[in-house]
Amino acid sequence: MEDLKKLEEFQAKIDAEIKIEPKDWMPDDYRKHLQRQISQHAHSEVIGMQPEGNWISRAPSLRAKVVLLAKIQDEAGHGQYLYSAAETLGKSRDEFIDELQSGKAKYSSIFNYPTLTWADMGAVGWLVDGAAIVNQVSLQRTSYGPYSRAMVRICKEESFHQRQGYEIMAAMAKGTPEQKAMAQDALNRFWWPSIMMFGPHDSDSPNTGNAVKWKIKRETNDELRQKFIDKTIQQAEIIGLTIPDPDLKWNEDRGHYDFGEMDWDEFWRVVKGHGPCNKQRLNHHKKAHNDGAWVRKAAIAYAKKQNEKQLVA
Amino acid sequence: MSNTENQGDVWEVFIQSKPGLPHKHAGSVHATDKEMALQNARDMYTRRQEGTCLWVVPLNAITSSMPEDNGSFFEPSDDKIYRHPTHYVMPEGAKHI
Repeated sequence: MEDLKKLEEFQAKIDAEIKIEPKDWMPDDYRKHLQRQISQHAHSEVIGMQPEGNWISRAPSLRAKVVLLAKIQDEAGHGQYLYSAAETLGKSRDEFIDELQSGKAKYSSIFNYPTLTWADMGAVGWLVDGAAIVNQVSLQRTSYGPYSRAMVRICKEESFHQRQGYEIMAAMAKGTPEQKAMAQDALNRFWWPSIMMFGPHDSDSPNTGNAVKWKIKRETNDELRQKFIDKTIQQAEIIGLTIPDPDLKWNEDRGHYDFGEMDWDEFWRVVKGHGPCNKQRLNHHKKAHNDGAWVRKAAIAYAKKQNEKQLVA
Repeated sequence: MSNTENQGDVWEVFIQSKPGLPHKHAGSVHATDKEMALQNARDMYTRRQEGTCLWVVPLNAITSSMPEDNGSFFEPSDDKIYRHPTHYVMPEGAKHI
């Protein structure tokens, strides 16, 4: 009974656009949904460093290299902001990392695709970060305070990411025929996985109902996907690349582009661990984590020694 | 201090964005000692010249009021509207007050 009253008060706060803070009462399902969503988001930032890390040592210029390094460092930072936000919900970072490494928690499937050429750095920045930004701009208004604040910070930093990717694509599209072909090939491979980043259709998305009612999500998967497609098409046209969707057509009545159906069998195959790089990504994460164990051990031993010294003095 | 296994303790981070402004909460970091906390805070929260000064405070050193007590806790200020300048009636035409 008391919970029912609390639930009503909680919903009233949400409806009045009052943010929920860590110490506030919240329904268990709200907490669980956020723990899942925020940690998944954090894992995506961290795993997302790998496809780009693949090109640091082969960046075509010093400028490209420092930019790529800065971008990857930002992603590490974004992962940290998000883990911090997730931790305020009462689960430790170790538990989150454990869930990632054991496969219990997911990360964005897009990072299970390989980055085969330098043009892929362009496609990842332009499309993958572009899609992420559409989602994150919307999430700045999410109802959970710490998540919302992390999103505001991330959005501020993220806008250079998309621009650096688009700059690479534009430069290659203006280059030799081989370079242009390479850019087109990257677009061909990344387009469909990018628009699937928004998740299944609303009609097939079991988590949408509560998430929208509780304003964790402010817009649905399909709404966000449409937004991304609408703004990206012109960007492709202006640099002379073709989006690999024959059904793409402006729909005057809707005021939006119509587009073809995505390959959901592929989507679920990759989510379930059968994408081109799932194993490689997780193995690399585990290796880095295990290789760093001695550093964490040493840091804790050092802190303990310092504390003991202080007690004696 | 309670270590969550091996990730170090949580430290809350406060940034002063320029001299003269108050330090503002930015987020948190994990670290095993205060130097590491400061360095991690610098690397995480000031990659774009966001600050001129950083504070790091161990989470468990912070005492917070509890939202469920807000009613009674903040009650003493509820009935003291005379603490606001708008409570006072000024003579018509008085300026600069």
